[in-house]
Amino acid sequence: MAASPGVGYDLVVVGTSWGGLAALRTLVSGLPDSFQMAVTIVQHRHKDSDHLLRTLLQERSSLVVCEVEDKMPLEHGHIYVAPPDYHTLVEPGHFSLSTDAPVRYSRPSIDVTFSSAADSYTHRTVGVVLTGANADGADGLRRISDRGGLALVQDPETAESKPMPEAARRAVPRARVMPLGGIIDYLSSLPAGVPEREDA
Amino acid sequence: MVVPVSDGQSLPGPPLAYNSDLERLEIELLLEGVYRHYGFDFRSYAYASIRRRLWKRVEGEGLTTISELQARILHDPDAMERLLLDLSVNVTAMFRDPSFYKEFRERIIPLLRTYPFLRIWHAGCSTGEEVFSMAILLEEEGLYDRARLYATDINDVVLQRARQGIFPLDRMQEYTENYLRAGGKRSFSEYYTAKYDGALFNSALTRNIVFSQHNLVTDRSFAEFHVIFCRNVLIYFDKALQNRVHSLFYGSLVMFGVLALGSKESLKFSQYEPCYEKISQSEKLYRKVR
Repeated sequence: MAASPGVGYDLVVVGTSWGGLAALRTLVSGLPDSFQMAVTIVQHRHKDSDHLLRTLLQERSSLVVCEVEDKMPLEHGHIYVAPPDYHTLVEPGHFSLSTDAPVRYSRPSIDVTFSSAADSYTHRTVGVVLTGANADGADGLRRISDRGGLALVQDPETAESKPMPEAARRAVPRARVMPLGGIIDYLSSLPAGVPEREDA
Repeated sequence: MVVPVSDGQSLPGPPLAYNSDLERLEIELLLEGVYRHYGFDFRSYAYASIRRRLWKRVEGEGLTTISELQARILHDPDAMERLLLDLSVNVTAMFRDPSFYKEFRERIIPLLRTYPFLRIWHAGCSTGEEVFSMAILLEEEGLYDRARLYATDINDVVLQRARQGIFPLDRMQEYTENYLRAGGKRSFSEYYTAKYDGALFNSALTRNIVFSQHNLVTDRSFAEFHVIFCRNVLIYFDKALQNRVHSLFYGSLVMFGVLALGSKESLKFSQYEPCYEKISQSEKLYRKVR
């Protein structure tokens, strides 16, 4: 197991684009009711998307699924969906949003969320890159790995769209590569911490 | 299909071995220096996003550390100008979130008709896209001639741009779609003239707009308003500063005045939630009730 004794994970960040909806529905339905980490999902989507993604995920999960709003606190056992047309940044204990320019044509950018998660939660972060048709997430996953966090990549052979997990695997050679079912089991087995409370 | 692994250029940030405590110290020193030397106070900005913007500037200046950036900024006012643009430009669009403008038209305009004169504040107006959108909306609702729009921003450069009323021509298709979905009543192209790669908006639209520099962090209120727009500006502030600015807004609104926030902003995480009621279920429109 990746976690050394006494070390838990607080935060799981998940990035996906093409093929993501089906994969995410499978992922969230597979997480146990007792799942303790905060899960933040960044799915590329059109800027005018409504709350449908949140609703579709909530249908499949007994955990609370929320769409992120600015300064929303991170709570354990909750699933957060990055809103369309903003970047979602992770601060210790809460989210901040930004309307800075798209990164590699994407807003939300997976790299932006992953790297802010890596900076705020360092080795207590798990990054997961799923199916997708571009290379977003690869740099962010490397940042997570470099900061001592855990990198998981969906086996490209099992992904609906391969380029995104392939790029992530190339950028982070030590990432664990496994099919979606394996990712669910692995996440469920990890020791969880509780997101740190904010000082303020 | 081969997807190139990025060269790291798209993700500015500290080198791998960078110590995050040291980084925070450097950022705090830089922001303190900017405040004491130039008077711009970014010390209470949301850390994750200001950090990201600072590293972009480090990269843009061809430097490698925040401390180097600090030295350059303190000694070179032009570098400060560039940083100010990075830190204060709020990327926006005309009729951003069309459903918001539609709701404003349907729910707020009837309230505003009850006032003989309207003062509207666009706080943090940036390059003015949303101010022009509101001028168009008020014009179409027959309220513009009794309204005055105060468009303020910390940054004089973006205000100058806003005053010109020229927006990129290649955005007009998007803006036209937004306008129509926002309930626009005319043809959007009536409002501008295409010139080279710019769309010059009808100067009549600015007849009741007052552009002026105002710093939400350090300046006080300057009038009493019926509506305050502050959309996607507070997201760059930390929670303490958000509360301070909410106090400024609360004190600047007439009773039953309207506060309009960005679609992913909420009063829920501020101390001022009890002072307002929601006017809309779907959009971030609030009315001061106590």
